[in-house]
This record gives sequence, C-alpha cells and structure tokens, in this order.
Amino acid sequence: MMDVTIDQEGCVAAGQCVLAAPDVFDQRDEDGVAVLLQNPSADQYDATREAALLCPARAIQLSE
Amino acid sequence: MTETPAFPSTRPGRCPFDPATGYAELRETDGLAKVSTPAGVDAFLISRYDDVRAVLADRRMSSQSAPSGHMEPQLDRQREVESGSILQNDGAQHTRLRRLLTSEFTVKRVQALRPRIVELIEDHLDAMLASDGPVDLIEAFALPIPSLVICELLGVPYAERDEFQRRSAILVAVDVDQETADQAFEELGEYVAGLVLAKQAKREDDLLSRLITRSEEQDEPLTVEELVSIAVVLLIAGHETTANMIGLSTLALLRDPDQLDALRNNPELAPSAVEEMLRYLSVIQFGLFRQVQEDIPLGDETIKAGEYLIAALAVGNRDERMFPDPDRIDLSRKASKHLAFGFGPHQCLGQQLARVELQEVFSRLYRRIPTLRLAVPFEEIKFKNNTIVYGVTALPVTWDR
Repeated sequence: MMDVTIDQEGCVAAGQCVLAAPDVFDQRDEDGVAVLLQNPSADQYDATREAALLCPARAIQLSE
Repeated sequence: MTETPAFPSTRPGRCPFDPATGYAELRETDGLAKVSTPAGVDAFLISRYDDVRAVLADRRMSSQSAPSGHMEPQLDRQREVESGSILQNDGAQHTRLRRLLTSEFTVKRVQALRPRIVELIEDHLDAMLASDGPVDLIEAFALPIPSLVICELLGVPYAERDEFQRRSAILVAVDVDQETADQAFEELGEYVAGLVLAKQAKREDDLLSRLITRSEEQDEPLTVEELVSIAVVLLIAGHETTANMIGLSTLALLRDPDQLDALRNNPELAPSAVEEMLRYLSVIQFGLFRQVQEDIPLGDETIKAGEYLIAALAVGNRDERMFPDPDRIDLSRKASKHLAFGFGPHQCLGQQLARVELQEVFSRLYRRIPTLRLAVPFEEIKFKNNTIVYGVTALPVTWDR
C-alpha cells in the first residue's frame, strides 16, 4: 500500500506530477496546485514514484 | 595560492552543441570548484546533476540577482528587486506572484491550446512549402510560432511585434552596453504599460486581463509596474526560449540523420524526443545564479551565507552518472528528469506550453518537409554565444521541390 501526501503550500504548480502520473494527480483549476485523485494502485506505483522524483518543489511524500 | 579559474563560456569549435570547454574538468574535481564571473564576483560552480537539483530546490537560496546575473558586467548587486519580478523575488512574494499565474499554465489549460498551436504550425508550413528558394527557418517558422502563441495568450497584438522582438533580443544579450540595454528595457516597458492600462480600462479574454481581475479579487491588486514586470518576462520567456529550441534542435537533428529518420518515421516519439533535446541542448546556457542566505553544507564543504553559486544546468544535463553516454542524442531515452527548465520553486512556469509547442513541431516539421536540409555549409551557421538563451542567429534551409 502506497500513501501519498502533497504539501500544497509548497507546491509550485509546475505540472510535472500530472504528466508523470495523470491517473493519480491533477491540478486545481484556480491556481494549478496539485491534488490527489486517488491513492495509487499497484500498477501506478512506478509512475507515482516518478512524479515524486520530478516534483521541483519536493512537495510529494510517499510512504510505502 | 592558485588563481580562481574563469567561468567557462567558450564552446568547443568541433561541437557547438556541447557545453563550454573546461566544465568537465571542473565537474570532476574533488570538492567544490570556484570560478570568477564577468559580474566581478566569484561563485561556486555546481555542475553535478544531483548537486544542481539539491541547490535549486533549497529554499535558503536567493534568486534576487537575475537568473544569468553572473554574466552582467555591470551587475548592480545593491539594486532593489522590483516587487513584480517573478524571476528575482524569493519566498512569500514569489509564491504570491507565481500563484497568480499558475492557473494559466496547467497541463489541462495548455492541452486546450494544442489545436490552435497545430493550426499555426500547419499554416506556417504551408507558407514555407509555397515559397521559392531557401528560407531562414528562424524567421519563417521558429520565431513566429512561439511569438504568436504567447501573444495570443497574453493579449499582445502580434502585428506590433516590431515593438518587442528586437528589444527582447537586446535584453537577452550579455554583451550590449548598459545604455542600449536600459533603453530597450525602458521602451519595452512603455509599450507594455500602454497595453496594461488599456486592459485595466477594458478587460478582454486574455491572460493579462485575467491577471488584473484575479489580483483584484484577492484584494491585492497588482500595480501597473508589477503588471508590466510580469508581462515583459512572460513575453520574452515565451518566445526567445522556444524559438531557439526549434532552431537549434532542427540543426542538431539535421547533423544526426539516424535520429532524425527515427523521429520522422515515428511521430509518437515526439514527446520523448522533446525531453531529450531539452536535455541535450539546455538553451539557458549560462545556468542559474543564486546567493546563499545561510551557511549550507555541500559534500565535505560549506558554502557560507552571502556567497554566490551558479547551477550549471547544461553541465548537469551531461552528467553521465544520470544520463549514460550523455553527449549522444538518443530520442528514445527517458530524459524527463533533465534540468533544462531548472528545478525548485522557480522551475519554468511555461514548461507545459513549451512542451506542447515543441511536440507539435517535432511531429510535423520533419514529416511535412522530409528532404529538409541546410542551404549553406554547417560552418557558416552563426551561434548565439553571447545571449542568455543559446541558439542560432539564422538557419537557411531548403528541400526538394
């Protein structure tokens, strides 16, 4: 089970997480801040790890 | 005591796509390398991939000097940062400015612009194909596409491009005299202020109008000076960077026919090809200048408060610990962790727009003109060694008719 936490204060809305894992992350329309659509299923773990690595604000924390 | 080496800024003649000579040695020295800069200050040169990411993500770094401030011979380190400068503010003020703009550049919003971008590209390719004789790809294609896209998004009339294209070019040069630069900055500011005042009076369906309204709704209306500052940065960043990427990528791919064939035959390669060319070319060629606000340990050493560093994006992008065989173009490489858009809180705001523009160019230009080739010997192409954004000054091309 992978648990995802987004630091929305720290998010800089670059959109990297949405590109890497579009089924897990989205951006709020009003300010682009990342939101979690759902905790990833096993087949989305790699994409979610990629999203966390790409995040320029290091605002995505994973606990596995 | 040995003399501090100079910041490397001369590229190797044999491959003008590689970073300046001297970097590789500095990257592989033990500990931190220090260089002297044209701005007259010494700075640590951060050039290993992991280190570049670490320093740019560190909130104890200040961006108050311009991103390429180390290249400005007349750098005034005491000059107060404009309150509207998205590039040079830190912390809460930077976050406020950025958050006023981020809704315009989300993945979703940019996807919605894709059909219009495709239309612009196809129209310009039609016009090129209908012309006789060689054309300059920069003038006929690489510059107009991103210029039109950013103008339509911001609400700047493209017909008035003479007001901003030449002045933008002056403002990204590092070797113009201060008087010329100041004059270009002032004139561009006046032109943009006129637009901002008109939009304050009458809102349209464009980014600048929405920005004015959004800041008012948050009870912190942006001043005219702040709006001008923001608009100028978006206008310059929006067309200089992508235009140079289109020109330089095309030249590099024409020199690497196997890779170009692969892309031409598999347009679905375009997204990874874009990331790879961003990595390989790293057009923000002098890297990013930062000042350290607190003592920061890096490896076995400490960078002290007040000292400067340069995050060398282009060199980090050629670090073989991250990208095997880094000096080779491999369009199928998974290169999306590149540093071409920077890293940290200032990472490129317009990156999704740049990606979509480049993807559509990559999947169309070389297919619609399959025999595209240089119209002059490669040796005659002139490179922009003296501008913040690397590129070619002109790219004469031709094709079988």
